[in-house]
Amino acid sequence: MATAFQKIYTQISQITKATCSLHAKGVGYDELATINGKLAQVVKIMGDEVTLQVFEGTGGIPTNAEVTFLGKSPSLKVSDQLAGRFFNAYGQPIDGGPEIEGREVEIGGPSVNPVRRKQPSELIATGIAGIDLNNTLVSGQKIPFFADPDQPFNEVMALVAMRAKADKIILGGMGMTNDDYYFFRNTFSNAGALDRIISFINTTEDPAVERLLVPDMALAAAEYFAVEKHETVLVLLTDMTSYADSLSIVSNRMDQIPSKDSMPGSLYSDLAKIYEKAVQFPESAGGGSITIIAVTTLSGGDITHAVPDNTGYITEGQLYLRRDSDIGKVIVDPFRSLSRLKQLVAGKKTRKDHSQVMNAAIRLYADAANAKTKLENGFDLTDYDNRCLDFAKEYADKLLAIDVNLDTTEMLDVTWSLFRKYFKLEEVNIKKEFTDQYWTNA
Amino acid sequence: MTKGTVSGVVSNMVTLRVDGPVMQGEICYITTGGDRLMAEVIKIIGQDVYVQVFESTRGLKVGAEAEFTGHMLEIQLGPGMLSKNYDGLQNDLDKMEGVFLKRGQYTEPLDAEREWDFSPLVKVGDQVQESDWLGEVEENHQPLKIMAPFQMKGTAVVKSIVEAGKYRIHDVVAVLTDEQGNDIKVDMVQHWPVKFAMTNYAAKPRPFKLLETGVRTIDTFNPIVEGGTGFIPGPFGTGKTVLQHAISKQAEADIVIIAACGERANEVVEIFTEFPELVDPHTGRKLMERTIIIANTSNMPVAAREASVYTAMTMAEYYRSMGLRVLLMADSTSRWAQALREMSNRMEELPGPDAFPMDLGALISNFYGRAGYVYLKNGKVGSVTFLGTVSPAGGNLKEPVTENTKKVARCFYGLEQERADKKRYPAVNPIDSYSKYLEYPEFAEYIKENINEEWIPKVMKLKTRMQRGKEIAEQINILGDDGVPVEYHVTFWKSEVIDFVILQQDAFDEVDAVTPLERQEEILNLVTEICEKEYDQFDTFLDVVDYFKKMINLCKQMNYSVFRSEEYYEFKKQVQAML
Repeated sequence: MATAFQKIYTQISQITKATCSLHAKGVGYDELATINGKLAQVVKIMGDEVTLQVFEGTGGIPTNAEVTFLGKSPSLKVSDQLAGRFFNAYGQPIDGGPEIEGREVEIGGPSVNPVRRKQPSELIATGIAGIDLNNTLVSGQKIPFFADPDQPFNEVMALVAMRAKADKIILGGMGMTNDDYYFFRNTFSNAGALDRIISFINTTEDPAVERLLVPDMALAAAEYFAVEKHETVLVLLTDMTSYADSLSIVSNRMDQIPSKDSMPGSLYSDLAKIYEKAVQFPESAGGGSITIIAVTTLSGGDITHAVPDNTGYITEGQLYLRRDSDIGKVIVDPFRSLSRLKQLVAGKKTRKDHSQVMNAAIRLYADAANAKTKLENGFDLTDYDNRCLDFAKEYADKLLAIDVNLDTTEMLDVTWSLFRKYFKLEEVNIKKEFTDQYWTNA
Repeated sequence: MTKGTVSGVVSNMVTLRVDGPVMQGEICYITTGGDRLMAEVIKIIGQDVYVQVFESTRGLKVGAEAEFTGHMLEIQLGPGMLSKNYDGLQNDLDKMEGVFLKRGQYTEPLDAEREWDFSPLVKVGDQVQESDWLGEVEENHQPLKIMAPFQMKGTAVVKSIVEAGKYRIHDVVAVLTDEQGNDIKVDMVQHWPVKFAMTNYAAKPRPFKLLETGVRTIDTFNPIVEGGTGFIPGPFGTGKTVLQHAISKQAEADIVIIAACGERANEVVEIFTEFPELVDPHTGRKLMERTIIIANTSNMPVAAREASVYTAMTMAEYYRSMGLRVLLMADSTSRWAQALREMSNRMEELPGPDAFPMDLGALISNFYGRAGYVYLKNGKVGSVTFLGTVSPAGGNLKEPVTENTKKVARCFYGLEQERADKKRYPAVNPIDSYSKYLEYPEFAEYIKENINEEWIPKVMKLKTRMQRGKEIAEQINILGDDGVPVEYHVTFWKSEVIDFVILQQDAFDEVDAVTPLERQEEILNLVTEICEKEYDQFDTFLDVVDYFKKMINLCKQMNYSVFRSEEYYEFKKQVQAML
């Protein structure tokens, strides 16, 4: 990649597992370099000593390797040609197609001025009641699935992506297994949606540190379509825990003091930089949007681990999947799942009784959970307890299960009919205005 | 001025080699590729100066030049700040060009051309000291004082003062002659280094005046006072931000300053969108008129995050010295602590607990210490009430930021996952949360005079009932519904009445979102009546459950009805009929 007159350095003074150091002048912070063809990035400058982080590791690099500085930080060529293509973490095609022609933009660019944002207000319908009814998604939102590795999060994410009416879907795969990569590829192509999809893939076979580029690549492409083409863009990032693991590898090799769970102290800021790219632009700026749906895999459901914990503070809610043994299906857990933006659309873009019905149903579902505990502890159940349990079972089956596909009005009607089937009016604790209107019709 | 050249770069920590004297905390600008990057000195070793850059250092090269300014990080204070949206360094975000924040773009915080109606408060020959009020302008119906320079020493004499009329902020409105006989020209703008507390008041007594927030679990159960401090810790998803927004919308304050410190941009956008529409329940004017937003969202540069809370506090102190009641909210102080941790890590300092810097506790307590109710030198009063949120890692309250904050903040509103899961909002734990002000005799005296004598004793009784209700709930869990006497169920359900009717509040319902004190008093009395009554009509615990569920439902409908409307009295009548 070296061009004429570019200085080539051939004296590396220090090599560690991930970094090389050499004496060089006129080098900019964050700048890219190649070391015998391997890509590296400047991570430290002290006087004339420059430290480079080599993405694929330093194995095989000799002390007299040829080092060329490229004079730019990691970048992606953006144009409409991106659509339908598969790339690696560096933004190079891996589908055998031609190189992309377009404008070169630096990835990980500046953030949107908050006063130039618009408050998200467009509902994203997925047909899944566990999401649309209880945790409504809004365009411009950022929300992860918190899931154990054995749960079908990639399937649910693909389902959501296919049902959501997005102009472009950008998949950022980090440490993805080859099988999952093919799953996404097949799902997209079977749905005839390939021309709307752009993928940046780092599989488990690729070097771990390369993953660090994937979210920024995906979001640089997303910003192109949202800002310049005014499109609604959905970005899928899976799995952000692998991304964070790579962060900890790098910070460890740079001798930084780890904070909680061996993660770098900057984990919050590192994750926020990615998730905060989610945005709704106002009409005056074209009205495009970037919505981020991510996956954070948990270890044994532990959400106090630094990665899910920091993520929870950054994202606008989180979705949990759980296998409900009563109905034998995977459901969206109504207790711990939360969409923080739901009140921007619930009752506004949906029927007015949405919020109250949702809360009442979850409260009754919680009462059922209490009744279940009572039952397990060997106590007698009251009539109310039994009704709660029956309600919970039907509620899970008809609404919470991920195989449901209804529109929100249907979901509300189903919930009212369950209320009436199992409860008395005063037991549901809903504003009179709504019970007057919907109780009898249910 | 001293100049320097860049000799090293690690992320946003840059080392400079300097050619002259440099002050700790001094601000400098580094020039790179046409951009000027603002930075602050954090360590000096001989000719090597370590600075933290408030922006991205991408592309910065060794040899780049830096220019020192001779002053610390300071902000401009004057008329024209209300309703503004600033970043952590007091750049006016609305004046920034383009959709994206460009590196090295700095904008003027105040409008130099706008004219203000100035009226003098002193006359020629008057003696004045620093911060004394020289004149007044009005901004958004708020009387703002133009004060003698904060940095002025000793007593000065007013040599001249302009007549009432229209002036711009940089027009000289007064000339003072100091003790040395030097003339000081005074305009409407003051400068203040944000890291230093403003101590231009006569005394800072224990605060005692209730600050009405309209949130029942705060006002009734654990009140905060004007000039008080409080903090809201809670795991994510328990409603910290919703609670803070509710308080900032409803609190009875003259000025509200919201520091969004390392939080979500969409939350700030919510304020931008809603506040210009919403009406201040106390004055009937638009909420935005009394609000200033300091936005350093989580994707903005980390170093500026630390500055943002200080910027916000300095503005609050400025308004306090004009005799105004200021409410300052910071969401979240944990992000500020994390910014300190990142920097400390880069400087390779020995870490304290959880890799936070060792002086974290001192920094937090100094910061909370800047709040307070003060007597100004002219006998007037002003206050800065500070409420911070804390985002404890993993929801575990035994972590350094929460622990250090608990030592200094007087109110504790602990948000609880379990309550949030049950949708019992606001999820403030009624048992663990506290307000130290309830123990202040000054506060009791104030409540006695301004509300009524029985308020605090009634609240204390309800608190005991909540505690008792919790104990019984645990017993029922162990022994079963039939394993305890029916009276136990009655006691338990009385605590549920308190919980559902007083503590739970629907922040998204137009009526229930705000409860004025007068209405809180009525609710308190009604709930007390329900709880004090002896019930002997129940045969089984099922009757108890039925009865109280009906009661709770009626009371809730009452909470949803417009205060003292027909509907309200109708529900109230039904409640009384049940009693």
